Amino acid sequence: MLAQTVAAKITAECPECAGTISLNGNTLKGEIVTCPDCGAELEVTGTNPIALDLAPQEEEDWGE
Amino acid sequence: MKIGLLYSRVRFEEKQIIEALNQRGIAHDLIDDREIVFPLTPPNGHAPEKQHGVHFVRPEQFQRYDVVLDRAMEFTRGLYALEILNSWGVKTVNRAAVVSLCGDKLLTTAALTQHGVPSPRTEIAFTPDAALEAIESMGYPVVLKPVIGSWGRLVAKVNDREAAEALLEHKSVLGHFLHEIFYIQEFISKPGRDIRLIVMGDEIISSIYRASAHWVTNTARGATAEPCPLDAALEKIALSAAHAVGGGFLAIDVIEDPARGYLVNEINPTPEFRGSETATGADIPNKLIDYLIETAKA
Repeated sequence: MLAQTVAAKITAECPECAGTISLNGNTLKGEIVTCPDCGAELEVTGTNPIALDLAPQEEEDWGE
Repeated sequence: MKIGLLYSRVRFEEKQIIEALNQRGIAHDLIDDREIVFPLTPPNGHAPEKQHGVHFVRPEQFQRYDVVLDRAMEFTRGLYALEILNSWGVKTVNRAAVVSLCGDKLLTTAALTQHGVPSPRTEIAFTPDAALEAIESMGYPVVLKPVIGSWGRLVAKVNDREAAEALLEHKSVLGHFLHEIFYIQEFISKPGRDIRLIVMGDEIISSIYRASAHWVTNTARGATAEPCPLDAALEKIALSAAHAVGGGFLAIDVIEDPARGYLVNEINPTPEFRGSETATGADIPNKLIDYLIETAKA
């Protein structure tokens, strides 16, 4: 998961398909992003440096 | 004023709350509930403070917060965290007792009935045979729901006896033990929508219609949100419902029955509010922070 900072944008690599994901500079740890190439749901597991992992799957007691 | 925010996933709502806290310069900590160990018994001095990224917390650390907001998307995890924090004397939004009632549809309906707040007719059975009798007596169509669940997940509209028999068998064979608590509810012919109210304490913050051609009207299932005018009867039933479960920051779901008027369907203790905010323009994050401060000072 290579990352580089370009102005306020950050790019990272999808752990599933190696596609490029573009993130805002104010991305927080715990946010969910979708890979535009493969559609995988990913969680931001670190911000300095940016780290992405597959997001946990929905469980039966999730919700409001 | 120092606020603790217990979370794991940062959704639109959590991001808005965090941005509002930053804008208002309110001291706060973000606590990832996946990275903590709670002691249930007095510490014996041997627990580390941190180990491989996991924090071994002490009650004193949480007692320093004026109030803790729990935004766990995982109902069970959030409930247990709140139980622990409340046992330490930490003020929380919401309180564990309220989350426990609202997170379980059986307990919610029982509490509403106890307080004279109208709900759709609901019956409970513990075996498929007893459940089938309840369904046949109620008359088709009926609705079956798991007692714990959200986002319209695993709710079923049962149109006839064959479907009832199949569903009851599937739930008992394929589901875990909670699926054998059969929550059976009359089907209400809604006018293509239901009503979602966000309540904080004694104040209604927003009121929206959730419209859908489908009988399940969660926005998570594609329903669209538009403002719903607040009349006296709607305001009264929403605030009565909130009071029946102990009050707090709640999303009350109300159905319009053609004959009986407003009925409370369910109450959500960890509201998502993107649709409510977009449709009405209500500043829910800042209202929530005001409510947190009010709770802290109470």
